[in-house]
Amino acid sequence: MSKSINQIQDEIIEEFEMFDDWMEKYEYIIDLGKELPLITEEKKTEDRLIHGCQSRVWVASEMTDTHLVFTADSDAIITKGIISLLIRVLSNQTPKDIVTSELYFIGKIGLQEHLSPTRANGLVGMINRLKSDGLKQLTP
Amino acid sequence: MSEFNVNQIRADFPILKESVNGKPLIYFDNGATSQKPKPVIERISSFYTHENSNVHRGVHFLSDQATNAYEQARTTIAQYINASRSQEVIFTKGTTDSINTVAFSMGETLNPGDELLISGMEHHSNIVPWQMLCERKGTVLKVIPVTPEGTLDLDAFDALLSERTKLLSIIHISNTLGTINPVEYLIGKAHQVGAKVLLDAAQSIQHLPIDVQALDCDFLTFSGHKVFGPTGIGILYGKKEVLEPLPPYQGGGDMIDQVSFEKTTYNGLPLKFEAGTPNISGAIALGAAFNYLTSIDLRGAFKHEHTLGTYLRARMREIPGVRFIGEAPETSSTLSFLIGDIHPLDLGTLLDKQGIAVRTGHHCTQPLMKQFNIPGTVRASLAFYNTTEEIDQFIVAIERSMHLLS
Repeated sequence: MSKSINQIQDEIIEEFEMFDDWMEKYEYIIDLGKELPLITEEKKTEDRLIHGCQSRVWVASEMTDTHLVFTADSDAIITKGIISLLIRVLSNQTPKDIVTSELYFIGKIGLQEHLSPTRANGLVGMINRLKSDGLKQLTP
Repeated sequence: MSEFNVNQIRADFPILKESVNGKPLIYFDNGATSQKPKPVIERISSFYTHENSNVHRGVHFLSDQATNAYEQARTTIAQYINASRSQEVIFTKGTTDSINTVAFSMGETLNPGDELLISGMEHHSNIVPWQMLCERKGTVLKVIPVTPEGTLDLDAFDALLSERTKLLSIIHISNTLGTINPVEYLIGKAHQVGAKVLLDAAQSIQHLPIDVQALDCDFLTFSGHKVFGPTGIGILYGKKEVLEPLPPYQGGGDMIDQVSFEKTTYNGLPLKFEAGTPNISGAIALGAAFNYLTSIDLRGAFKHEHTLGTYLRARMREIPGVRFIGEAPETSSTLSFLIGDIHPLDLGTLLDKQGIAVRTGHHCTQPLMKQFNIPGTVRASLAFYNTTEEIDQFIVAIERSMHLLS
């Protein structure tokens, strides 16, 4: 039995509690980017590009029997770490769980500043894309 | 007036005492907007506390007072830029609004095939209004190319000028490259073929003395918020004889002489171009910003800023893998750069964590980014309240970020 979205969120919150300095926190985010399941080069198409980011972020999704699996990449390494965190939480979950998830870990680990709609790194755009990919699986 | 002392000047700008992410704020995003000195902040407050009223309606005391303050601000600004008459100074929302005013009003006098000349280093606000005009009127937009070092290709400029050229609209100092363009040469050449010249001074009014009569430009535009004034207010200067024959941009109150359903006649300058209730407090506070500039040792301030710009470039050259975007011989204290293959957004994010505000991205100059084949840059843009110590801390913060990003 794989972990639920909230179990993974709680895990991440616990990991981030170790850091009291922004530098350590960003070092960790950058490290997490290295664990990102990478999108294949041929899937880096315009329709998989998330608009509204200063950096380029591509996201692809594929259904297994019941679960949706994400891959992604970005040309900025902090952005890569952030999308890696999101994918760790939402990948390999059911579309229904993805769509209805409440991503409370973002505020808890101090990334809420990235949630402002005009923020150049487009965290909001990334979340919307992951959820809309989930929604596509629910709507026939 | 006492000699320029950066610590005294910093005390005039309350926001410079703020902390960001637990670090003292280092504000290097002056190209986007400048900070405000106390006299500007206090002027807005005192206007709304003691004087607020609508202007140009004046049967009562407050309205008279507000009108006088508003018109006094116009005079202050006209004197600062050495306009020959204050009616040549029109209050707008900002540079974008000023350029759109000219694009509409002068556009109405143009014919299909007439040419407009801009450059490859223009801000989007000096590109898009002309493209819209070309769609509306069939005029033709020509673009002066930019050299790899970030200067204008003057031979190409000479070749593009012809009797078909009706307007040259050109940025004085590039917001992205920091290049100071040879505007005296450009204006002189354009006038030889009978073209009018609009000078976009959004990035020069706060860095250089501006004298519209010496420059002989037909229009000059800038935003209040980049020259230590409030947002939402800006200036369109135009020579009286150039502005007077142009039709108004927007219709409404204040810009009319007589209104009837048969025939409406328009007000004279400058109100013909100021339809509706203007940004009264903004205009008055912008006047206060120029009063502030004339109250300090401005020559000393500009000299300090030049020293800072030179120091910034020298220190930045020490960074391994650094690449300057814009290497013109004449530059302002604005510097765009990239380091190795570090994404500008990554560097900007980590600098922010260290209390340093810079700009990252395309700086509203996408055609220029395309020419240099880069997605964007990191831009540090200084003001006279910045210090060499801040530049030293900036270098340390860059090195620290590079360590993390490598």
